[in-house]
Amino acid sequence: MSNLLIRNGRVVDPSQSLDQGMDILIEDGMIARVDEKIEANEDVPVLDAAGLVVAPGFIDIHVHLREPGYEYKETIATGSAAAVAGGFTAVCCMPNTKPVNDDPSITRFIMERGAAVGLARIYPIGAVSKGEKGEELAEIGEMVRQGAVAVSDDGRPVMNAELMRRALEYSRSFEIPVAAHEEDLNLSAGGSMHEGPVATRIGIRGIPSAAEEVMVARDILLAELTGGHLHLCHLSTKGSLDLVRMAKRKGLNVTCEVTPHHFTLSDEDLAASNYNPNWKMNPPLRPKSDVEAVLNAIYDGTADAIVTDHAPHHQDEKDLDFSEAPFGIAGLETAVSLALDRLVGQRVIGLSQLVRLMSTRPAELYHLPGGTLRVGSPADLTLLDLRSRVTVDPSAFRSKSRNTPFAGMTLRGRPAATIVGGKVVWEAEQGSPS
Amino acid sequence: MPVEAADTLAAKDLVGIARLTPGEIQLILDTAEEFLEIARRPIKKVPTLRGRTVVNLFMEPSTRTRFSFEVAEKRLSADTLNFSASGSSVSKGETLIDTARNLMAMAPDFIVMRHPDSGAPHRLAALVPASIINGGDGINEHPTQALLDAFTMRKHLGHLDGLKVVIAGDIRHSRVARSNAFLLTKMGAEVRFAAPASLMPVAVDAIGVTPFYRLEPALEDADVVMMLRIQRERQGNMNFPSVREYFDFFGLTPERLKAAAPHALVMHPGPINRGVEIDSRVADGRRSVILEQVTNGVAIRMAVLYLLAGGHGE
Ligand SMILES: [Zn+2]
Repeated sequence: MSNLLIRNGRVVDPSQSLDQGMDILIEDGMIARVDEKIEANEDVPVLDAAGLVVAPGFIDIHVHLREPGYEYKETIATGSAAAVAGGFTAVCCMPNTKPVNDDPSITRFIMERGAAVGLARIYPIGAVSKGEKGEELAEIGEMVRQGAVAVSDDGRPVMNAELMRRALEYSRSFEIPVAAHEEDLNLSAGGSMHEGPVATRIGIRGIPSAAEEVMVARDILLAELTGGHLHLCHLSTKGSLDLVRMAKRKGLNVTCEVTPHHFTLSDEDLAASNYNPNWKMNPPLRPKSDVEAVLNAIYDGTADAIVTDHAPHHQDEKDLDFSEAPFGIAGLETAVSLALDRLVGQRVIGLSQLVRLMSTRPAELYHLPGGTLRVGSPADLTLLDLRSRVTVDPSAFRSKSRNTPFAGMTLRGRPAATIVGGKVVWEAEQGSPS
Repeated sequence: MPVEAADTLAAKDLVGIARLTPGEIQLILDTAEEFLEIARRPIKKVPTLRGRTVVNLFMEPSTRTRFSFEVAEKRLSADTLNFSASGSSVSKGETLIDTARNLMAMAPDFIVMRHPDSGAPHRLAALVPASIINGGDGINEHPTQALLDAFTMRKHLGHLDGLKVVIAGDIRHSRVARSNAFLLTKMGAEVRFAAPASLMPVAVDAIGVTPFYRLEPALEDADVVMMLRIQRERQGNMNFPSVREYFDFFGLTPERLKAAAPHALVMHPGPINRGVEIDSRVADGRRSVILEQVTNGVAIRMAVLYLLAGGHGE
């Protein structure tokens, strides 16, 4: 069971500083051998990866799967299908469901649903506070016991500095990060896009960069005070990333993530969309100078991980008025192509660094199995096709939702197959290489 | 240097000044002169839009703009239908697409639209074949107001280029200020916004405007002073401390007005808050053209309807 020989691929595994043609033998769902030429028994199925990159499975540590409670937007089943179709072998799902994942029984429900679906590995993130209300700590230890890998009040920032302090302290006992969505709700109130010249031009109420940055600064100081692991979610401004650089120089336990939409699109693209809510996300699309800053943070290692912040919403919600429509885009099925095209294709970083940002580091940050092809590791692998061009077609998404600003965009590079526990859970159709 | 008027409007809609060329603005202003004539006749009706249907879709309270459009539509002999947020099923939560579907069942030729959300007319315009006329969207634009303001300025001062125009008040939440800024800068005027920074949008230089944080320096040699309504309702929030203090520092008084050019016009899109942003002596004074703005509004809206219906300039 779950034996497989992957032949002739280019194996890229930064955890072992590997980038060369190799074969990989999987036995019982684990990596059994990595070698230049492997001969296996005839009964072992063979996957010919000639022309493909073989990497440790990509892990997205920031998605919204919406179940329980918002199954009309996404379910654990459709979200898992979207994940593997996007090249991800594991995802960490945020707790802003209904009810909020602030209780071990909900954590357990998500774990069980994820296992029953059996596509990507699903790791729940528990809430920091009960009901994400920002008033009292949720049962963090109990949730960790049921499988939670981090805590976060994503979507409902922790406005109370003392609660944030206590969360950073308390989480140390369980060796998990506190993942912070940084937004001062007083400063962002009423805003639908980045506050700046473009918002002034098109007449949309703005969210200033400072709404993010004051909270990043506050929480870095609290991380210093407490020694807790602060993981900063979806940073979008130069100011935030400069603060992280400073924190890292000081040796603080601070890490951060960035998203494909923030390294690809700017508020100018929103302006060109004719007020289309598919360009509305939180944090908002920033000016080009911030897009450059995010690319720089990817290049110089300030960013630890690339995440999608996959935020599926129903079409009816995105058809609402711009100011009423919910924030967020469906990101799982476009992230890898965007990263290959915009980062590797444009030579911002090499392939090995990309694998670090989408597999190795995410596994390290959230203490997850995987992120490596070392012998004895779970056989979670992402195969990449660097040459094919894909045109983003939301109607072909496995996700229940179609809310993407990337529809119609042609990108070079895409996931070719996704292998979880030695099982091929998704394979690209023979596309149109060009 | 006068701008050459265009022959027609290029788009089927008037969603904002931002999408008009100087030539199109000139065309609308010139055409409105003709329609102003009609208002002086004993019989004010012309058959231009006979058989055409106009839906007035007002999803935000308005009396003066709606009346002005209705008068313009009636004088052009159009059939009109009125929808307002309180009087129909149109309400929060209904999507713009649903609204569009409902409206298109009536096959209107024009939809005059006021909406609380910035960009709503722009989105609707892309969804329906009817001509959309923006009667005010969120904090974004109020193009016919800017056109009637420019028309009024031109009538009194003869031209727009080179004028120094002060717009003072709650600029940050004002679609009137934004549409005026777009229009006047396109036509070569100098626009000054005057307000405390808490009522000023960020980066106004991006739309070609100079910000002033006190009223007095902005008024130096001004040709036009346009005061915007300060909403008492907003008092509860953090933008300024009190109406009394606002008037003390930013209200337009006869004394402050002395800094402006001797021929300066005083304008206000209404409704006026006497003693808040403007002293009654100024609002009712000889430089005030506030009531004339209302008259000119009908002519501008007739011109816009006429041109969007395919009409040409003279
Ligand atoms: Zn978030």
